[in-house]
Amino acid sequence: MESKPKGKLAAYFHFPQGDGLSTDEFIKGLWRENPVLVQVLGMCPTLAVTNSATNAMAMGLATLFVLVMSNILVSSLRNVIPKQVRIATYILIIATFVTVADYVIQAISLDVHKALGAFIPLIVVNCIILGRAEAFASKNGVWASFMDGLGMGVGFTFALLLLGFIREILGSGSLFGVSLFADSFQDWVIMILPSGGFFALAAWLLLFNGLKLRKKETQPEQSREEVLI
Amino acid sequence: MKTESLWFIFLNASLINNFVLAYFLGICPFLGVSGKLSTAFRMGMAVIFVMLISSMAAYGIHAFLIWVDAPFLQLISYIVVIASTVQLVEMFIKRFSPSLFKALGIFLPLITTNCAILGLALFQTNKGYNFIESFVFALGAGIGFTLALVLMAGLREKLDFAEVPVIAKGVALTLLVGGILSLTFMGFAGLGG
Repeated sequence: MESKPKGKLAAYFHFPQGDGLSTDEFIKGLWRENPVLVQVLGMCPTLAVTNSATNAMAMGLATLFVLVMSNILVSSLRNVIPKQVRIATYILIIATFVTVADYVIQAISLDVHKALGAFIPLIVVNCIILGRAEAFASKNGVWASFMDGLGMGVGFTFALLLLGFIREILGSGSLFGVSLFADSFQDWVIMILPSGGFFALAAWLLLFNGLKLRKKETQPEQSREEVLI
Repeated sequence: MKTESLWFIFLNASLINNFVLAYFLGICPFLGVSGKLSTAFRMGMAVIFVMLISSMAAYGIHAFLIWVDAPFLQLISYIVVIASTVQLVEMFIKRFSPSLFKALGIFLPLITTNCAILGLALFQTNKGYNFIESFVFALGAGIGFTLALVLMAGLREKLDFAEVPVIAKGVALTLLVGGILSLTFMGFAGLGG
């Protein structure tokens, strides 16, 4: 996407004129460039807090909030921030929003805050957020950056929930804290332990690799490039 | 809290609750830099160094923020300190050992976004460690990180010669190996307790 000539407000915010551009920014983060399942970024929170679906949901939403807000701010300040100190500025912006998210979660639910522990402040070093700020928001308009942040955030939440579902159903026999099976169900304790996180994510990646390979086999000419990405 | 001996803190941070395999901190370098044994080891050394310095700095900052009564600035000041520590270490190494500087390359600045460092600072604050305990905790965490990284790199160097299904190549295989490593580290539970 090329940047339009600066100076005009419309160009600055980059509202697409019905070319479906922003929908594409959204879908891209959700599926084709899913931050966890395709780009394999932000592994630490992905593995650490997905031992239950509730935790996965809370972490996903907090990251979504920080991602959208920092993308908006970075993109609206992109012509003001000097090139040399841009990374430091991005980190400060991100840290500010993470502090906000931290206090908001503490106010809404103390239990979730306790369960997530140090992993809420650790959103600061989630490579997805800094990555989007540097790779997308610093080069694109506010609207496009908003959609990009939204898509990536929802994609991240989606991937966390995939892991959270599997690990909670198998590891505790419940979903969102609601018990699913009869008492005879033997919990797979390993799924809520750290190694279960590795195995569950590996299993999902195997599935996605398989899908990609099959796509490559069925349409060999057209989509080879796409598969490589 | 005060009953924990220094030795136990060290064992806890390095083996029982290994930062990489139990807390999932620093997974990015664990997956990204574990391809070759030598780079993994050098990366580990750099991380230990940065961890020690930023842990001591974080201790000072925490005390200062409590004194001025501004705990909400904790996160922002930690990340700034870590970023500047990495910058300082980079300049220091460049000045005194250009060869090491070249060997570390891009990994040095990337330490800033290594969640193990920030996680360490946050954990030591949450656990209320004093200065010496923080130092030992940082040392243990750094050695644990290096251990996990080097083990992984050794396994992956061997795996390069193994025949694996195409579907499992890349990250999926690394994650499976990581899971098994994490299982073995569970065996350390109860050690020193």
